[in-house]
Amino acid sequence: MIAAALAIGLAAGAALKGDPQRGEEIYARCGACHAIENNRTGPRHCGLFGRRAGSVTGFAYSPAMKRSRIVWDARTLDWFLTNPLRAVPGTTMGYAGIDDAQERADLIEYLRTATANARCAR
Amino acid sequence: MSFLLFADSANPHAIAQPARRNVLLLSGTAIALLAGREALAQGAAAKPEDLQILNTALGAEHEAVAAYQVGAESGLLQKPVLDIAVKFQGHHKQHIDVLAKTIEKLGGKAAGPKPKYEFPVAQLKTQTDVLGFAAKLEQGAVSAYLGAVPLFANRDLAKAAASILGDEAMHWAILRQALGQDPVPGAFVS
Repeated sequence: MIAAALAIGLAAGAALKGDPQRGEEIYARCGACHAIENNRTGPRHCGLFGRRAGSVTGFAYSPAMKRSRIVWDARTLDWFLTNPLRAVPGTTMGYAGIDDAQERADLIEYLRTATANARCAR
Repeated sequence: MSFLLFADSANPHAIAQPARRNVLLLSGTAIALLAGREALAQGAAAKPEDLQILNTALGAEHEAVAAYQVGAESGLLQKPVLDIAVKFQGHHKQHIDVLAKTIEKLGGKAAGPKPKYEFPVAQLKTQTDVLGFAAKLEQGAVSAYLGAVPLFANRDLAKAAASILGDEAMHWAILRQALGQDPVPGAFVS
């Protein structure tokens, strides 16, 4: 069911060029629960791109996220961030989502660079 | 006085679905406790998703208390900044108390603190570093509650979350002021 919704969501997604600097400002909204390098209330974001959802070692995911079979990339992130609870019903990420497509693109571009930094490689 | 009334016993619509407990009615006492004032609600409904949202917020509040503890014990905070940090930590403890009680009264299991938290302690070398770290947490808390408010099926839970949001926003503004930044950088938060 998530796979079908994902296919629909991805088909509807538009490709916008993201600004990583603006994305860093948007990422500050995530700071109560997430960090790039550390597991917090939410999982760490290091190595996010190409990672299967629910797979960070040592983080207690919801069963829904572990079952989701999502692999994170720009398109799946755009779909998920639009409305996390609709994308993965049962996720513990109780957040309404980011409505603005440009803001999502900026955030995703920031995540692309920040999650592949040298400290993540350690 | 009962804290809450399960729909199966109080809502005639629930009689047709006696096995379901996915709609709960909050009593006036619950609303008053959660909102911190004598607000009364009629027929306020909460759903299981509300419990999950509350528990996620509870987890973040536990983490905030732990983060302030790290700051308080760092030896980097000087009075009166230390007193402010301890006060803010106390607010987060009050949020925990109310969120946990609400979750349990709604039939859920309140999340406890993690045995260990991962904070960037190596990067906290000055009072400014600690304040900056705390400000980021508070900014994130504002956004997290802002993202949670519209999700609650129960409007009184949404109101209570908004009440906490307001407190977090004040923390964020004070910390920004202490950092020499514009305490209120915009007309809206996001």
